[in-house]
Amino acid sequence: MKAELSPRMKVFLYGLMCVLLVPFVFPTWWMVTSSVKPISDIFAFPPQLVPQSYDWTTYQKVFELQPFVQQYWNSAYIAALVTLGTMVVSSMAGYAFARIRFPFANTIFMIVLLGLLIPSEVTIVPLFQMFLKAGMVNTHWPLILVPIFGAPSVFATFVMRQFFVTLPGELEEAARVDGLGRFKIFRKIALPLARPALASVAIFTFLHSWNLFLEPIVFLSSADKFTLPQALTQYTDAYGGPMWNIQLAAATLTALPVLIVFIIAQKQFVEGLAHTGLKG
Amino acid sequence: MAVAQENVAPEGRASSPFWTVARRDSLAGFLFIAPQLIGIIVFVLIPLGLVFWYSLHEWNVLANTFTYTGAQNYRMLIEDTNLLEVLGATAIFSAGLVVFNLSLALLLAVLLNQKLAGITIFRTLFFSPVVVSLVAWTIVWGFLLQKNGGINGMLQVFGIEGPNWLREETTAMISVIVVQVFKNVGLNMILFLAALQGVPNELYEAARIDGAPRFKQFRRITLPLISPTILLTSIITIVGSLQVFAQIAVLTQGGPGLSTTVLVYYLYQQAFQFHFFGYGSTLSILLFVIVAVLTFAQWQMRKRIVFYES
Repeated sequence: MKAELSPRMKVFLYGLMCVLLVPFVFPTWWMVTSSVKPISDIFAFPPQLVPQSYDWTTYQKVFELQPFVQQYWNSAYIAALVTLGTMVVSSMAGYAFARIRFPFANTIFMIVLLGLLIPSEVTIVPLFQMFLKAGMVNTHWPLILVPIFGAPSVFATFVMRQFFVTLPGELEEAARVDGLGRFKIFRKIALPLARPALASVAIFTFLHSWNLFLEPIVFLSSADKFTLPQALTQYTDAYGGPMWNIQLAAATLTALPVLIVFIIAQKQFVEGLAHTGLKG
Repeated sequence: MAVAQENVAPEGRASSPFWTVARRDSLAGFLFIAPQLIGIIVFVLIPLGLVFWYSLHEWNVLANTFTYTGAQNYRMLIEDTNLLEVLGATAIFSAGLVVFNLSLALLLAVLLNQKLAGITIFRTLFFSPVVVSLVAWTIVWGFLLQKNGGINGMLQVFGIEGPNWLREETTAMISVIVVQVFKNVGLNMILFLAALQGVPNELYEAARIDGAPRFKQFRRITLPLISPTILLTSIITIVGSLQVFAQIAVLTQGGPGLSTTVLVYYLYQQAFQFHFFGYGSTLSILLFVIVAVLTFAQWQMRKRIVFYES
């Protein structure tokens, strides 16, 4: 497989990849370009791959029709909190499962892993009732607490455990001789070494929270509480049909920042996720 | 090692003989896992118990009544003629998604594993939809798939009259599968790529010396060696496919008819649109059983399919 490829083979492979790229890249291009087309051009025939004229007022309308800044902030701060919280909870639990001997460790690990088996959709009805009783419906608490402590963080804990298992025991022995307690060993020795694993946990946790859709539409009911995915679907006309150019403008504003961060840091993203990949 | 630990001079409160190293470690262990364990109990296990309890009740939200009806919701499950269609749609969706996703992921991984200049750029681009906001991605595809949208516009340039993708049963199902696959296939692609790069080169060299053609090398060397990854990604992808909600809600709302109403979407409608919380809970139990059975079955299959385990 690793033999040098013939020039003809190379041309074929490049060509094949370029064709395959179309459905991956074109939608993003179409989203950005259509968002600045005047409404009359949006369904023009033949399709305008590059806008012929520009209408920037769509972007103004994104902010006029909904509290979009507020919604952006909601999504951003929820995702940030969930990411930080998950990193703390899962690195501690992952470390303990990997390196500390305590009674019932295996049983507890199996119980925690049950979270992987139970999609959050299964428990959405009782969770709604629980948060209703607690007076937390139409607040952001369900979107923060459940991912940090509940089923979604189990995968992160699993990844962290798989990482900490590979650490050589001598490091900790040495620290112990120096009189460090468990928490200090964790903080000063294990955690700094776990940066790559933590980075991938951070990436997929952030994306998961940023993309949540079912939970926000179940738990939130007022526009100023909405998160971005939910807000995007609200740009509709009087008949409930989507106002395409405004939806696309809002979608562009939602997608582009993450996309740009990704392109700058693509190596860490891709290799980090491949890493979690489940070696072990 | 145990001897070495006992020789460590205890300090502070540890000087009392009760706080041995082992005991302190146990305490630390429990404290470290406490947030996760309590979270799982409160947000997973208790809700799982509750959802089963709800499923045995008739729950009228408007009249505020909650009456025990035993297995009645489960009888309803069997008699619900819509449910058959829903399960059919779910099965088609999941099967189509897994087959399309895994084969495309493997193809892309093999391509990206070639020695070509600029391959990282291709990897980045193939992966990019993974980081595009899910609903944004779905909205653009919804826009592209309109009757007079971009895809039919392109087809018309070549004189082809495209269907109304999201309003006809077959094309609607194909559309939701395809949109979902292009969104997330990058993840499986990366996992496959990592697995391919882990296959020792010597094996291929040996096969080449023996004169094995490329396809045979792929079948006899590559596939067996990456089979653990194939199993893992197929479990993740199947379980993930059963959770697909946003794409359906944005693209088709389960339609036309019930043709794209997958189980999670049906559950959402019953519980949160029609407020049948009892029946919605019964559907949740059904979803749980399906996920558990599928995961268990695939796990059992690993002995037969997976060639080796690292």
